[in-house]
Amino acid sequence: MTRQEILIELKKVLSPYTLDKEALATIDENTDLIKDLKINSANLVDIIIDAETKYNIEIDYDAADKMVNVGGCIDVIEEKTNQQT
Amino acid sequence: MSRRVVVTGMGVVSPNGIGISTFLDAIQNGVSGIKFQPLYEELKFSCHVAGKPDFVLEDLKTKNYISEVVFHGLKGTNIGYGLMAALDAWADAGLEYDTDETRWETGCIFGNSVSDTEAMKNVITRVDNKEAKKLGSRVVEQAMNSGVTSYVSGRLGLGNKVITNSAACATGTQAILMGYETIKDGYAKRMLVGSSEYVDTYVFGSFDSMRVLSRKYNDQPEKASRPMSITAGGFVPGSGSAALVLEDLEFALARGAKIYAEVLGGSTNSGGQRMGGSMTAANPQGVIKCIEDSIANSKISANDIDLISGHLTATNADMQEIQNWCKALGRGGDDFPLMNSLKSMIGHCLSAAGSIEAVASILQMEHGFVHPNINLDDPNPEIGNYINLNRLPVSIVKKDINIVAKANFGFGDVNSCLIFSKFNPNDTTRDFN
Repeated sequence: MTRQEILIELKKVLSPYTLDKEALATIDENTDLIKDLKINSANLVDIIIDAETKYNIEIDYDAADKMVNVGGCIDVIEEKTNQQT
Repeated sequence: MSRRVVVTGMGVVSPNGIGISTFLDAIQNGVSGIKFQPLYEELKFSCHVAGKPDFVLEDLKTKNYISEVVFHGLKGTNIGYGLMAALDAWADAGLEYDTDETRWETGCIFGNSVSDTEAMKNVITRVDNKEAKKLGSRVVEQAMNSGVTSYVSGRLGLGNKVITNSAACATGTQAILMGYETIKDGYAKRMLVGSSEYVDTYVFGSFDSMRVLSRKYNDQPEKASRPMSITAGGFVPGSGSAALVLEDLEFALARGAKIYAEVLGGSTNSGGQRMGGSMTAANPQGVIKCIEDSIANSKISANDIDLISGHLTATNADMQEIQNWCKALGRGGDDFPLMNSLKSMIGHCLSAAGSIEAVASILQMEHGFVHPNINLDDPNPEIGNYINLNRLPVSIVKKDINIVAKANFGFGDVNSCLIFSKFNPNDTTRDFN
């Protein structure tokens, strides 16, 4: 998967956790999940769990700490999915 | 300084109707909300019937109760019932949901028995399967007992006292009393109060095991709940929620609020599980004292009571309850107030009972009627030794009702009683200070 492909799929993972659908539609690697998408910080855990299920990966605590913006999420998902192949 | 406290909004999620107008129509017409529950039969309960509101969880999202983000991951039906009743009461009081500021003048006291054992089951199963990591962020808020008050106060920005109470069957009346006291003593201008209960199999399975649930009318669900009847065979599980907006009278008048009724006072106590009281049976002295104290602090006379909304669950305790009312009021025979049990129509909603029955009590005052005791075609003849059986109407009675006593008595030997009256702005019969 390319980073762009991951980003498109990531939008679906993030969608239930933000009311700002306009901001979601225009996300890029610099988009901050809490500041820009106004996602409740507690929901970052749910996003990690949803990503684990969607990509069939395991995201450890250290990796999860990087998932604060879209680019960080893509880094982690890219790295973990590559490890599996 | 002591203040007068009035009811300015109501919401209800009842087995025989959701929303005030549907519920009013149901209690006027003696509509039963008791239905056959296939799951109870499948689980080999002795009781196969229950009262369950016709409730759709998705309505919370589609009808603007909560945002789709808050809705996503919401599983607890108990929270759903409580949220809907509370927000309906808020809207009924003419108040807006959305606010950027915290509403410091308003608090919330809402009770339940357990948070939601079906939500807890998910936790237990996952943890036991070594999948704790997959539980996510939304479990704690739904498993904690203060889930309902948290969702309600968060949605409406309530910043005064936010308290979750739990006193078994006395929970609902106790929540209303605590809200009343908070305003009366000047700590808040407005309190959103009530209670909720979800009829889940883990709670009612335990009652089924105690053999206190109805089991002889499984093929006739609407006949199953029979308070005060000689053929009563235990109580019918019920569930739902109701909420009231209570306000300081001057605060309510200043904003031109509609006033349903006045809370004159009440009392909550315990028989201490002594003198005939136990975990499951009420100490008669505790019940009598609770009623007497309610009358005293409401500054009325026992003779002023027009209607008793009893606890009256359809167990052996009904007879004892009637005797206790007679002693507490010093009234009997033809002089006894009219008395009814909403449980005949909706079953016993445990923690939600007191708030749903309180809403019914206020509606009867507002609309001038006494709702029927359905299924009372064969009253326990022993009742006639204490009161005239015509005090227990079996069809609607059109009558002006000025003062209602609403009481509930619960497991753990806990009692709670409220006195409501029609609102009379020129009332000078009581010293409200």
